[in-house]
Amino acid sequence: MTASDAPACVIDGDIAGKAPAPPGIRLSGGRLTFDGRPLFDDLDVTLAAGRVTCLLGPSGVGKSSLLRLLAGLVEDAAAPPAILCDDGLPLTGRVAYMDQRDLLLPWASIRRNVQLGARLRGEPPDRARADALLAAVGLDHRADDLPATLSGGMRQRVALARTLMENRPVVLMDEPFSALDAVTRYRLQGLASRLLAGRTVLLVTHDPLEALRLGHRIHVMQGAPARLDTALEPPGPPPREPYEAELTAAAKLLMARLQDAAGAEAS
Amino acid sequence: MSALRLAVVAAGLLLVWALIVRLSGVPPYILPGPELVLDAWTSHVPALARHGAVTFTEILLGLLAGTALGVVSALSVAGFRGARRWVLPVLVASQAIPVFALAPLLVLWLGYGMPSKVAMATLIIYFPVTVAFLDGLNRTDPAWLDLARTMTAGRGRAGRRAILWHVRVPAALPALASGLRVATAVAPIGAVVGEWVGSSAGLGYLMLHANGRMQIDLMFAALLTLAALSVLLYFTVDRLLRRLLPWQPERAFDRAA
Repeated sequence: MTASDAPACVIDGDIAGKAPAPPGIRLSGGRLTFDGRPLFDDLDVTLAAGRVTCLLGPSGVGKSSLLRLLAGLVEDAAAPPAILCDDGLPLTGRVAYMDQRDLLLPWASIRRNVQLGARLRGEPPDRARADALLAAVGLDHRADDLPATLSGGMRQRVALARTLMENRPVVLMDEPFSALDAVTRYRLQGLASRLLAGRTVLLVTHDPLEALRLGHRIHVMQGAPARLDTALEPPGPPPREPYEAELTAAAKLLMARLQDAAGAEAS
Repeated sequence: MSALRLAVVAAGLLLVWALIVRLSGVPPYILPGPELVLDAWTSHVPALARHGAVTFTEILLGLLAGTALGVVSALSVAGFRGARRWVLPVLVASQAIPVFALAPLLVLWLGYGMPSKVAMATLIIYFPVTVAFLDGLNRTDPAWLDLARTMTAGRGRAGRRAILWHVRVPAALPALASGLRVATAVAPIGAVVGEWVGSSAGLGYLMLHANGRMQIDLMFAALLTLAALSVLLYFTVDRLLRRLLPWQPERAFDRAA
């Protein structure tokens, strides 16, 4: 169980792979109703290229829906939003998705789970890369085991390896570490931050400390229909240590914004 | 452990049976006691083996054919959006018409031999297999499907087919296994009903024959043979399915219990 950050630091660039240059993304005119109630209307979101954008906000405000909209998983959006990438290419097929649950297939070995994308696309699965990524998350010795034999933290590390295996320039994550205990979560955050560096990432989270640790830009989503506030940009490059002094100001500001959002929701 | 339990249950049932015969004084041509049935069984071993083999073969062939048909039907409904409207009415009709009503027709069309009995067993298990598998295919965890969709984005039909094959089918195998267990338990009904309606071999034929000649002890012997075959078949299939699907969550329950 050494998800130590040091080895991952050495191999990140090579193993995680050089994703094609990450695009900046602008979603505009996003419109989505849920149970006849507008979840968001004319929503405007910008994801900076190669940066981690964190999204916080009260439950049910539409964070996950926004993520699903970007992932192309919402088929019945009232009006499909304009999603523009600054390199002029479509976003379709350039997105990797990581869920709160690890979503490992229980019948497939760890290695086959990591290779799932290639199998689904009918491509020859790259065994060497899968094993290298499993090594990067410290699980190469478990490659032939079934997911049921792994702990929750290990399973989520496999899910991270599977996400990286896709080698997509854009990664969308929906509370990827929220089901883990504090120490495991802390380690995985460091690991993910290094392995995902240089990609355009949208991270939905409930945890302000996680946002402060991982995000280049932090938004709080609130209201109905929902809006994003201006981005909070904590000092220094992630992964940060959220308890350090220079983050105190950012943490205070973020908590104030979250309390505002919760208050607006309650009224 | 389970063998011991089985022996205790069997011994208990035999005891109750013997007591009823002894205490009520029913004549043996209405209800023979266990010892008479055992007599009949031992003196008719060759006949019971011959007819039992016929019935067992019919059950096995029916299981194979019904499972194949059911799996293909469920896959086509799950794989092609239009297929549901075509297959579903057939599926429901196959269950709405009692197999017993069809038996004389099947014997008329397929003859007194094995094919009509295999057809009966096939018909009777087609529904549980199809419905169970289809249910499993339709209940794939939506989050798995979302993940798979982002992996196959922009690939249209080929992507959907790959998701069916790599995610939905394996995920539905435990449900199919439940359907197969039900099918294994009811397949003998199809075969025996077919034999009652018209045949020259099989345990159903033997029972009818013995009944007509008031050999109730032989009839009971045939009945017990059928029950033993069915139980044996069920536990074999059950064990096989467990071995084939070791990741099935149900096992965790077994261990915890």
